[in-house]
Amino acid sequence: MGTRDCQHICDESSPAVGEAGKTGDWRDSFPKIDREKCLPVRQNKPACFLCWLYCPEAVISKTVPVQIDMEYCKGCGICAEICPARAITMVSEGSLSVAEKG
Amino acid sequence: MLDGNHAAAEGVRLSRAQVIAAYPITPQSPVTEKLSEFVERGELDAQYVAVESEHSALAVCTSASMVGARVFTATSAHGLAYMHEMLHWAAGARLPVVLACVNRAIGAPWSVLNDQQDSISQRDTGWIQIYARNNQEVLDSIIQAYRIAESVYVPVMICYDGYVLSHTEMPVAVPRHEDVDRFLPAYRPHTILDPANPKNYNLVTLANPRVNAEGVLCHGYMELRYLLQEALQNAGEIIVRVGGEFGEVFGRSYANMVWEYRLDDADVVVVAMGSLAMEATVAADMLREAGHKVGVLGLRVFRPFPKADVAEALEKRRLVVVFDKNISYGLEGATCSEIKSTLYGSSIRTVIRNYIVGLGGRDVKAREMADAVNRSLLSMKEGDLNEEYPEWICAI
Repeated sequence: MGTRDCQHICDESSPAVGEAGKTGDWRDSFPKIDREKCLPVRQNKPACFLCWLYCPEAVISKTVPVQIDMEYCKGCGICAEICPARAITMVSEGSLSVAEKG
Repeated sequence: MLDGNHAAAEGVRLSRAQVIAAYPITPQSPVTEKLSEFVERGELDAQYVAVESEHSALAVCTSASMVGARVFTATSAHGLAYMHEMLHWAAGARLPVVLACVNRAIGAPWSVLNDQQDSISQRDTGWIQIYARNNQEVLDSIIQAYRIAESVYVPVMICYDGYVLSHTEMPVAVPRHEDVDRFLPAYRPHTILDPANPKNYNLVTLANPRVNAEGVLCHGYMELRYLLQEALQNAGEIIVRVGGEFGEVFGRSYANMVWEYRLDDADVVVVAMGSLAMEATVAADMLREAGHKVGVLGLRVFRPFPKADVAEALEKRRLVVVFDKNISYGLEGATCSEIKSTLYGSSIRTVIRNYIVGLGGRDVKAREMADAVNRSLLSMKEGDLNEEYPEWICAI
């Protein structure tokens, strides 16, 4: 089965989650969240959410606690830079076990 | 009586182009002037977008084509060079843009006069290229260009020689609008930008095919390029069919990618493109009077290159003389290269000679072309098929 089946004659895509493939596999560093420091967790109510606001991939949830969709997080580190509580640290992909990534 | 530029503008008016964006440049300017007059007087229901450059002109045309409009632009020489990036874009996005290239020499040094270096330099941008030999062909080719482009979704460049055609008046039959409407249906885009059904087109495409959110395997960059090549490979058949149907409606058939003059019994064939090929017919007549069996093969379509037609026309000839108003520096004239490439691997073992003529508006006289053919006949030796480099007809 070749790509002809898509029936496009120029590059075409629709706005949808995953349209460009699982972009999480581009990542070489991982945003590790220290829940003790994260402001919404500490206050136990919706707060801050600067990571959600600044994430260029829109993969961070506006929830308590915040969740990052690692299938599409490219590991750019903007959330770690913007977090006023320094709750997010970028760590090398290879340095953590699956359990530690949590 | 119409000059080539007016004929082109009439072709655009009759084709009911909806968006026109162009930047004036000699010798193309009268096309833009005439079209803006048509729009101003309400004779053409189109948006005329005055832009600040040729790059923007073609950007406007590609964008308008993506929202479903039939578009037109025209340019020459440096303007076409400035469009280079967008030429690739229009072809890669498979948009049926029609562009008139009024052939002019490129600097340095500055020249406003004719040769075909400008459009030949854009050979590999993925556009269909058609060269008109007279002003009737300019008008007719523009109408056909929309049919062709909108059938194969490849942009079409209609090329005609600056001044020789653009500023020279000739009798031209202007078709009736209702006949053109019958021949040329409304543009049906293959893709369309529509806010109600949002799509992304031509974003960063990765090297490999990708599975989209619906699980469908979509083209990577190479597959899209393959499809463009495939479209051009198949375009020849469409060009011939559209040309034939044009003949049925208007009485002037273009059911061939090449044209012939006194070729049936010819053992010497002169090959040229555009108005130069018309001059070659005069040279052929002179040589016939002197007892040589000479005919002319005129190339109407340069991309896709009419390989089969050229091979058939050059079979069993003694000598082929190719005149080029362009040169691929370090090699030879572009049409000569294409002809040699076409004959490689065939059984045709014809002597080929190449002359570079008419650059920067240098007048090409039929007498000079006839003399060149005579020189080639005198100097050729059996089995000496090729010369390393072309001869130039100039005063060096």
